[in-house]
Amino acid sequence: MPTLSEAASKELLGGFGVPFPPEHVVASADEAVGAAEALGYPVVVKLGGDTIAHKTERGLVRLGLGSADQVRDAAGSLLAAATPQDGDVHLLVAPMVRASRELIAGLHHDPQFGMTVMLGVGGILAEAVADVSFRLVPIAPVDAEDMIDDLALQALLGEFRGEPAVERVAVADVLLGLSRVAVERDDIASADVNPLLIVDGRPLAVDALVELR
Amino acid sequence: MAGAARSVPGTERFRALFEPRGILVAGASTHPGKFGFVGLHNILACGYAGKVFATNRDGAEVLGVQSVAEVDELPDGEIDLVFVCTPASANPDLLRACAKKGITAAFIASGGYGEAGPEGRKAEAELVALADELGILLAGPNGQGVVSPPAQLCAQIVAPFPPRGHIGIASQSGNFVSSFGNYAQLTGVGVSRAVSAGNAAAVTIPDYLDYYADDPETHVALTYVENVGDGRAFVDRLRPVAARLPIVLVKGGASAGGQRAAASHTGALASDDRVFDGACRQAGISRAETIEQAYEVAATFATQPLPRGNRVVVVSTAGGWGVVTADALARTGGSPRGLELIELPADLRAAIDGELPPRWSGNNPIDMAGGETRDTVPKVLELAASHPDVDAVIFLGMGIQANEARLMREGPFWPGHGLERIVAYHERQDARFAEAAAAVSDATGKPIFSATELAVTSPDNAAPAGVRATGRLCYPSANRAVTALEHLWRRSRWLQRRHLP
Repeated sequence: MPTLSEAASKELLGGFGVPFPPEHVVASADEAVGAAEALGYPVVVKLGGDTIAHKTERGLVRLGLGSADQVRDAAGSLLAAATPQDGDVHLLVAPMVRASRELIAGLHHDPQFGMTVMLGVGGILAEAVADVSFRLVPIAPVDAEDMIDDLALQALLGEFRGEPAVERVAVADVLLGLSRVAVERDDIASADVNPLLIVDGRPLAVDALVELR
Repeated sequence: MAGAARSVPGTERFRALFEPRGILVAGASTHPGKFGFVGLHNILACGYAGKVFATNRDGAEVLGVQSVAEVDELPDGEIDLVFVCTPASANPDLLRACAKKGITAAFIASGGYGEAGPEGRKAEAELVALADELGILLAGPNGQGVVSPPAQLCAQIVAPFPPRGHIGIASQSGNFVSSFGNYAQLTGVGVSRAVSAGNAAAVTIPDYLDYYADDPETHVALTYVENVGDGRAFVDRLRPVAARLPIVLVKGGASAGGQRAAASHTGALASDDRVFDGACRQAGISRAETIEQAYEVAATFATQPLPRGNRVVVVSTAGGWGVVTADALARTGGSPRGLELIELPADLRAAIDGELPPRWSGNNPIDMAGGETRDTVPKVLELAASHPDVDAVIFLGMGIQANEARLMREGPFWPGHGLERIVAYHERQDARFAEAAAAVSDATGKPIFSATELAVTSPDNAAPAGVRATGRLCYPSANRAVTALEHLWRRSRWLQRRHLP
């Protein structure tokens, strides 16, 4: 199934209230440096494109770049890593966001129940931990709140390692936004908002992938 | 399950199924091993008060009922329900003849339909279309029967005939109708209606539950499902039902559909069971993990008021019961979604100080430490349940004295040495505690759960027998009481958060 590029996925979901950090889509290493200067260091640079779905597995994500030289080197090697099958590619420059808590949210079309929205505990162990909650689209605000209550790892949502408690209403808004986009765009097959970081108690999505039917 | 386009049967036709004025057993048999014999036997043996008719190929007399060979020979307008044990090939003509006699509901026990390959599926579809055309409500096929204690009706090919109560059962497995009925017999918390949906070719599980929501005899629905077909349609049908009636659901095969290979992370996390669980929670359906839990939760909905909050007090006559109950409460996850063992309010503690010697626990769980006198237990239950900061009470440790009384009664010294008097006192006291728990619950509108293993180890003990006499469930353990209370609290919270009555 076709996918939207990360940039296009973010633009679509961002329009429904999923919060993303400001980022720049550029074509060259020089432009990447300009974008990094505008955002402030450190930054993340990724290679993007409509057919590029799993960047981490292909080594197309460079984290924590702290200077113009590092950005220029990374951008150059990412562009060089593009293959003909990738088609048109671009560079995504975003501020480096650090967080100790990760959630995952998304949309999934179930063969029996149709479109569903999910919230889970994220991170590299997400599938092993499998602390997740599903609801059928569309959801009401009370359903979104219930999904947060469903998670077993409630301790993760309270005050944590000197960080404030998670603003549940803001997490609920992400879920409601996903539900709305699924209602309005019936060509969506799935969506991953992963990770959905918790920064100062608020959700901030730093990657997204929308799959179309 | 049936296609989406079929119309929902009206209340009148369900009344023909559950409150028929007369019944015809089609295919009655003289052989006691055949469905056509057992079905007729159970209808007659359980005291159905309406007229009972039978057809039999040879017009034989069966169990004192003079059967006829043809439906045409039966009177007009006296029969509402036909219980069908004839072979599938005979059933279309049978239904046509029944319709002419004014019959509006059919329970098809016969097999050879959707469960029997492509030919059977075709026959099933044709039977459904014919029933629709004739205006007959079609239950089954391939089901074990229908039970309706308010009508003294036991039209099924299995035991038991459960006592009358307020649990409405609809099951995709006839054997679980039987299992639930057995629990009803054991506990005394009875059944309003029960139906084995069989292949559910025409009337589906949601159809039955929708009717139960309108049925004054039914206060809670209990359902077993394996295959929900179009899951979205299933939940969409049940959502408005669950807003009106508690639905306790247990699903077989929940683990069968595992996680799928999926391109997305969300898809990889979306097992059938997780999606089904979320759909149930969203719709306000109380999903139970096991058959026994499903029955106990349904019995609780049928016999206890909903708690308005999650603040629990545990009252125990002695020992470790309170401690393990506190553990079970902690495992529910605490506020707001779980239950909470509250700190005793100072005024409640002071009031209990006035009733018990100083060695009582002084906190929650309220461990009376054997310090109770004749009226202490009812008094402490009343103090706890009537306090505005308390939403529910779990009462433990009943039946100990009556258990000792039994040992005395069965021992070699009975009835001398003053045994007769003390045994009578103990048994009276335990019965009284059970009555007090129910009376205080009624007076305060708050749930009070009585739990003791004597409910299963010694059901005739005065304590569990006393609880049964009040119409409530005596929980076989505090853990099971906590699980049932957790289900009630979840539903109460679900309703409150959606501003539903």
